[in-house]
Amino acid sequence: MRVALFVTCLADTLFPRVGQATTRLLERLGHEVVFPPAQTCCGQMHINTGYQRQALPLVQHFADVFEAAEAIVAPSGSCVGSVRHQHASLARRLGHPRLAERSAALAAKTFELCEFLVDVLGVTDVGAYFPHRVTYHPTCHSLRMLRVADKPLRLLRNVRGLELTPLPDAEQCCGFGGTFALKNSDTSTAMLADKMGHVLSTRAEVLTAGDASCLMHIGGGLTRLSAGTRTLHIAEILASTESGPGGAVPLAVTAEKQGRVAPSARNAGADREAGS
Amino acid sequence: MSKVFVGMPAHAPAGVGALHASESFPAAARTALADTQLRRNLGAATTTIRAKREAVVGELADWEQLRLAGQAIKAATMARLDEHLIRLEEEVTKRGGVVHWARDAAEANRIVTGLIQATGADEVIKVKSMVTQEIGLNEALAEAGIAAWETDLAELIVQLGHDKPSHILVPAIHRNRAEIREIFLREMPGVEASLADEPQELAMAARAHLRRKFLTAKVAVSGANFAIAETGTLVVVESEGNGRMCLTLPDTLITVMGIEKVIPSWTDLEVFLQLLPRSSTGERMNPYTSMWAGITEGDGPQEFHLVLLDNGRTAVLADEVGREALHCIRCSACLNVCPVYERTGGHAYGSVYPGPIGAVLTPLLTGVLENPSLPYASTLCGACFDACPVRIDIPSILVHLRARSTEQTRKPPSAEAIAMTLASWVMSSPRLFGWAGRAMRAGRLLARRGRIRRLPPPLSAWTAARDAPSPPRQTFRQWWRHRDGGTP
Repeated sequence: MRVALFVTCLADTLFPRVGQATTRLLERLGHEVVFPPAQTCCGQMHINTGYQRQALPLVQHFADVFEAAEAIVAPSGSCVGSVRHQHASLARRLGHPRLAERSAALAAKTFELCEFLVDVLGVTDVGAYFPHRVTYHPTCHSLRMLRVADKPLRLLRNVRGLELTPLPDAEQCCGFGGTFALKNSDTSTAMLADKMGHVLSTRAEVLTAGDASCLMHIGGGLTRLSAGTRTLHIAEILASTESGPGGAVPLAVTAEKQGRVAPSARNAGADREAGS
Repeated sequence: MSKVFVGMPAHAPAGVGALHASESFPAAARTALADTQLRRNLGAATTTIRAKREAVVGELADWEQLRLAGQAIKAATMARLDEHLIRLEEEVTKRGGVVHWARDAAEANRIVTGLIQATGADEVIKVKSMVTQEIGLNEALAEAGIAAWETDLAELIVQLGHDKPSHILVPAIHRNRAEIREIFLREMPGVEASLADEPQELAMAARAHLRRKFLTAKVAVSGANFAIAETGTLVVVESEGNGRMCLTLPDTLITVMGIEKVIPSWTDLEVFLQLLPRSSTGERMNPYTSMWAGITEGDGPQEFHLVLLDNGRTAVLADEVGREALHCIRCSACLNVCPVYERTGGHAYGSVYPGPIGAVLTPLLTGVLENPSLPYASTLCGACFDACPVRIDIPSILVHLRARSTEQTRKPPSAEAIAMTLASWVMSSPRLFGWAGRAMRAGRLLARRGRIRRLPPPLSAWTAARDAPSPPRQTFRQWWRHRDGGTP
């Protein structure tokens, strides 16, 4: 299948390794990945902060960029949630019925990575290898907007070497909430503290999830505490193999090395591929 | 006054009642978050009620159908609200009750005060009622020299503590038993100093106090959970039986209800009596369900008044997205599952209606500019929508109200509005967006060991508690362009 990758603005600018892993994974499964270079942002931050009029050009732009795609895949539950559940109604509210129709048509062929793998491709074993103790946080929008249910867990259970440990109170929000983390930073921090407590109680090496945004939040809290758990997007785990392009994501990188050798270590095989 | 509809219906007025927050949510939340007793009580109570609710909801194979039925009944009722209210008035009147229409809190308070004064009473007993808190009835009565005694145990604790309720169902959730003992000793007449902080002793002290009131009061004021239009029947559901005493012992009963509480028929009630207790207390059925229609000679109150309150509800009805909030049956399930509420408690919302439903209902009733921080008091996690027995899409209403808020603000644009407009402009152009992504690389200068520990305002709110990621050397689109030797 020819898959149009919607990498999301956050992964594009801050977490390129998430997009790289998604690309490697889909290509390894025998699919063609295309990256429409005109893509930018779904507008979710604008919509959820109350700036619908400013989001309208982004909704329009998304439709222009992806209209021709056979299937659109994004490594994010909340961005797909916005495309699927907000774009059409926003266009309608602001008096653009034609755009609303186009957005509704796009919504039907836009998928979050895990649901695309399980529902569309019918794969639950992607042939990944990741010999680490991992816990999984179901992000709110993947859970309650998209209803991905246990699809990510089914994918993780089939990763060789991976020891999956349940996260207590997993379904409770981590406190990110987009601009909520800034506007209500105290409440957000209180929620984060509880989430981190649960994550650390699992003694997992890695916390994974389907949204780079929530992981940026929880991960930012964990590194601030110099905690012994790191965060990885689920695409990065599913893309890991013993020998395939990129190789297993190395975990045995000390913080010091990370600082000096920087992205080549953190971005692992992805940067190697890029020839850096 | 013209009888022709010439504009938008009025919002709930400021200066009366408990809908207008005096402090923004983030500021009030900061105080609440530091209260360790509150955090512990809330955590324990919400966890317990959540588990109970899940267990009893799980027993019903048709729970989702019941929710759909509840939603459909409410939507259909709201679409013909005027007709149902007129029918209700006719049926109540036919059975010896008197119906009063109050457009806002001040008018409702005037009506109730006048009715009590006409009986010559200077004290009334009250059934737990959110709507009378919404309109600030107790304060209005106090001004008129009438003492109003709350009879719900938790409401009594709140009242004696000169406090405000913090939860729809468990108004004194923020108090522990030592604090309750101390309040009783200080405020309740005739309490012995030997009173222990044991739940049973505290309950018995409250019982002795309340019995004296039940047996002497001539007038009671109640709210209503439902009003059945076809027979003019009012319904109150409760756990303690104190409501039943208020509804049956005094000579005069005055019931204040929001106009959205009307349902057309008894068959509709069947749905809600299954949805409400399971969602609220996590019980299959609540202990006391009292129903009455008008008056019955020689049995119970001989005078019955029903005050139908608007106080902004018609304005909510005029809001195509927001009107769903009027479907609320005040079960509090959304509070108990809300991760924000669980940590801040109800006072932070500054309104009688706290939690997710309060974050939409309060600004809808008052107009969003009166409570501009409330629609933002949520991460949009969606747990409230899943728990709501009548499927109110609270997250969508929150997003809608946020848009209303930014669009109605007439001040010069805020820094946030300018940033959002700028971001929209950059993100609408792939070229500018690509440049911006590359420009972010400058942020690497701030990074140590792959992370940024301190950013300038407003991003300092982020780095106060979390590291920010160091921007990568290469954005994804740069990597993509180079991955196949430069072919895009």
